[in-house]
Amino acid sequence: MLSTDSKILVVDDFSTMRRIVKATLKQLGYERIVEAEGGEEAQKIIKDDQIDLIICDWNMPGMSGLDLLKWVRATDSFKDVPFLMVTAEAKRQNILSAIQAGVTNYVVKPFSKQVLAEKIQAIAEKA
Amino acid sequence: MRAEFINELLNATVTVLETMAMVTPKPGRPFIKKKRISVGDVTGIIGMAGEKGLQGTFAISFSESCILYVVSEMLGEDFTELNDEIRDAVGEITNMISGAARAKLADMGYHFDMAIPTVVCKKEHTITQVTKAPVVVIPFQTEKGGFIAEATLWRGSAG
Repeated sequence: MLSTDSKILVVDDFSTMRRIVKATLKQLGYERIVEAEGGEEAQKIIKDDQIDLIICDWNMPGMSGLDLLKWVRATDSFKDVPFLMVTAEAKRQNILSAIQAGVTNYVVKPFSKQVLAEKIQAIAEKA
Repeated sequence: MRAEFINELLNATVTVLETMAMVTPKPGRPFIKKKRISVGDVTGIIGMAGEKGLQGTFAISFSESCILYVVSEMLGEDFTELNDEIRDAVGEITNMISGAARAKLADMGYHFDMAIPTVVCKKEHTITQVTKAPVVVIPFQTEKGGFIAEATLWRGSAG
């Protein structure tokens, strides 16, 4: 189970979305939040740090959120880290691809802060 | 351009601003762009590439007062000037509108690939769509100013 001491990685190429996600996490009591602007930067953080939850955008320049998810699930040392995909790609096929790749849950943009908070809470209780 | 494309872009624009910023824009009557030039202060533009040579662009262009209001509501703090945070927010708004519309269009059998938006930020810049295809413009009003959404769609190269 996640606690308010858990370290959470927020990955998005748009600072606006990182701010919205961070504000929601802080409202839920999480203070240990690290950020990455893309998949490659996220890989370095995940390798070097103990990350307890990854909240990641799908559509980013360079490495996509889906590619980062596949890399996380294929790497023994952090393959079980919960992964919440935040995506504007609401097409059924995309959601199926994320599920097949092992996503823990996903939030479709646009979303209210309430919906995002509920998804994070649901993961926190199961993790 | 087919009416369902316009409807989905219109619906997605309203939904994104209502959900993310709690701003309810009032759409005006859509029209076909005649002068092929629009004026705005901050514009987000995204390409749409679909199957069988279907291509298009979507642009959303805000007046300064309107986007300062929208982003202030979205992020919960007061913004008083056009800066990098405003540019970033317009990119994300464009991305979300495009994504939401593409999801609905996919349900109708029109599939478009994802793309990365571009943002132009300059007082009273002009937007010119380089295509012979009709450009549909939807004007919107908010309580702090207006913005326009415009879209064009064609098959083959350069319209």
